Amino acid sequence: MTTPQHTSRRTAEPTPRRMPLGRWFAEIGWRHLVGFLAVVFAVFPILFVLSASVNPLGTVSSTGIIPKAFSLEHYRTLLSGEKGPFLRWYLNTIIVCVVVSVAQVALSVLASYAFSRFRFTGRRAGMLTLLLIMMFPAILSMIAVYSMISGLGKIAPMLGLDTLPGYIIVMLGGSLGQVWLIKGFFDTVPRELDEAAIIDGASHWQVFSRILLPSLVPILATTLVLSVVGVMSDFLLGSIFLTGDDHKTLAVGLYGMLSGDRSNNLGVFAAGSVMIMVPVIVLYQFLQRYIVGGSTAGAVKG
Amino acid sequence: MTSTKAPGHATRSSTAPGLVLRILLLGAVLAVTVWIVPVMIGQRQWLWLAVTVLAALGIFVLYSTRRLVPGKYIFPGTFFLVVFLIVPIVLTVGYSFTNFGDAKRGTKDEAIASITSNSVQQTANSRRQALSVGVTGGFTASEDPADYTFFFVDPDDHSVREGSSTQAATAADPDSITVTDGRVSAADGFTILTAKQVNEVYGTLKDVGVETSDTTALRPQGTTQAFEGTKTLRYDAASDTITDSISGAVYSVKKVGTSEYFVDADGNRLPQSWLQGVGAANYVRLFTDSSIGSQFLRAFGWTLVFAAGSVLLTFLVGFALALVLNDERLRGRRIYRSVLLMPYAVPGFISLLVWSNFYNRDYGLINQTLHLHLDWFGDPTLAKAAVLLTNLWMGFPYMFIISTGALQSIPKDVLEAARMDGASRLQATLKVVMPLLLVAVSPLLVASFAFNFNNFNAIELLTGGGPFPADQYTRGATDIIISMVYRAAFGGSGADFGFASAMSVALFVLTGILAAVQFRFTARLEDIS
Repeated sequence: MTTPQHTSRRTAEPTPRRMPLGRWFAEIGWRHLVGFLAVVFAVFPILFVLSASVNPLGTVSSTGIIPKAFSLEHYRTLLSGEKGPFLRWYLNTIIVCVVVSVAQVALSVLASYAFSRFRFTGRRAGMLTLLLIMMFPAILSMIAVYSMISGLGKIAPMLGLDTLPGYIIVMLGGSLGQVWLIKGFFDTVPRELDEAAIIDGASHWQVFSRILLPSLVPILATTLVLSVVGVMSDFLLGSIFLTGDDHKTLAVGLYGMLSGDRSNNLGVFAAGSVMIMVPVIVLYQFLQRYIVGGSTAGAVKG
Repeated sequence: MTSTKAPGHATRSSTAPGLVLRILLLGAVLAVTVWIVPVMIGQRQWLWLAVTVLAALGIFVLYSTRRLVPGKYIFPGTFFLVVFLIVPIVLTVGYSFTNFGDAKRGTKDEAIASITSNSVQQTANSRRQALSVGVTGGFTASEDPADYTFFFVDPDDHSVREGSSTQAATAADPDSITVTDGRVSAADGFTILTAKQVNEVYGTLKDVGVETSDTTALRPQGTTQAFEGTKTLRYDAASDTITDSISGAVYSVKKVGTSEYFVDADGNRLPQSWLQGVGAANYVRLFTDSSIGSQFLRAFGWTLVFAAGSVLLTFLVGFALALVLNDERLRGRRIYRSVLLMPYAVPGFISLLVWSNFYNRDYGLINQTLHLHLDWFGDPTLAKAAVLLTNLWMGFPYMFIISTGALQSIPKDVLEAARMDGASRLQATLKVVMPLLLVAVSPLLVASFAFNFNNFNAIELLTGGGPFPADQYTRGATDIIISMVYRAAFGGSGADFGFASAMSVALFVLTGILAAVQFRFTARLEDIS
């Protein structure tokens, strides 16, 4: 989080033009060349999707990186619901992502607080067990989860198979998935801070909610965004549990649409992808500083 | 869990709103428990009953006292973790010792009822009944016949009966049933399906027989009617045999493979079996059946190559870019970083589906742009390369980000000192920067390996495990273990959940070993302070 990237950028204003061209290329120019190649590699699939989404023919064979014609036909088809209730899927995805991510981050934050600030029997074993369990591929116990949810649907129909709430609570199985990361954030806040508060008469809940939580809000917001994208990408659970067209999420719905007629639905699929991808990319650009900090907080601590 | 030294312990501040909140919470838990427990008992959902009672007890113990502070914070997440990750794992281990699968779901009694009821044949004096089908909860197009309850109205005396594939027909309680135009149109606790919905699941419904006596049963005939007929197969409890009243064949219980079936003297068996324990048979099959064993081993080999290759490639590319672009004299570093972050922001399922289009032989972007004619997904080696290339695109931005972060956290004076001692730029990079950086990022590399080890989406959405050899469908060239197990459990016909569970348990164990290695490898874990 405290990488010196901004200060260092300002202190060393580059002055390449003073060097002779040959030396400039040897020292700096080749870096631009490598950077340019990397940018091409990183961006061409994204450009392809953009291009395919406005290419009126909408077949794989007629689409390149640069669109040869422009039309918003695919967006119109998509929003009209001809190929499936796209807006409904969008709404479902937002509901699922928000509920699951908020719950995941909130429950992880609670547990991380305990793991970071209290000393209790089984704490170390608990942390290690958590790591072990999160590594287990949950997909493989899907048969069991399926029959559990089918049973739950008989008790409370709204939580059964092919319902959004049922899918959401299954996804909540990963509620403690962020504990390791967030505990790392808690560990960076000096303990003297909460000890002082305790001396002043604060309870453990007040220490948590008034002192620690506010100082971690930016990094937790970033964790939330990363978690949203993770939840959005779930395909397998969704494809098993959500079968009704109105209950699908974007991943399940768009996959079904594309695999139904891969060649002719490409344009519509691309239009849908753009509408999902662009908001996320923009969000990531805004949060870039925190994302870079967040991904490395664990790494550089070691 | 006993807490020592917990902050807040010394200060027993008890605010009035806090107390009210606590009482409200405990009251709500009690109310929900009292309300839902009878429903669970009625539906025979013992597992959920246990979950509910234990959770309610846990909440009362934890939140009614001032002690057990860490438990209060850990409980909510742990509840979901236990119910949706740990319980399923335990159940899966249990399944792996059974023959659980298609036609092997219920008890033996249910199997007998279903076998005999299904043998119902229409006779001259068969009576027609008006049929309605109901489900508890919402309509979900379930393929399990036991999920449907059938309501029959007799056209002559207007008596109403209800029953299912596992429950013999009984007279329905007239107060809970609404009959309109000679058909059941509503029933308490059930959603009556519309004609369209019945039609949708008719494939499941058409073979269901609802027992009305030891020798008769009701069967659907079309979506709105049923007939009452005579069973041709009859069960005799004393000898535990089923007799065919037309051909005279006698079926007795015999073991075929690992499961018991009803088998006649000529060795013909009735298709329906029941859930039985099979001991370690599934494991024996996994480790001794040479074709499955070698498939599993080969999948394991490719899984290791795939996971290690993905980590290595993404890290090398990401790290090299970080080194190249982290020069302070370079203009536009921020722009490079923004753009290179983009693949990381695209949701994975979109990336994979888009890339899967690029590899098309005839009109895929890669072949067209490079004027190649490679059959990417038709050739095992090319398909593997395609998987790795795609995973490289998806993964290198992450490695670029963490490498950049780690590079910037290396103190400047370390580098300056090395340069001062006469090290060239390259030497300083290799001998000073690299080791420092590897120490910092190695836990993330190991975590990335573990993630890719079970990266189901990367395989399933890209190649679907293909290409498959002409003669077998259990494992394609790009199948890693997890996608292979998935195919065995859910793909194709005749799901064999018992065997798939045994494979899952084997993969659980492998993952556990991997985790143990990771624990060893990750020094960071040693200082969970």
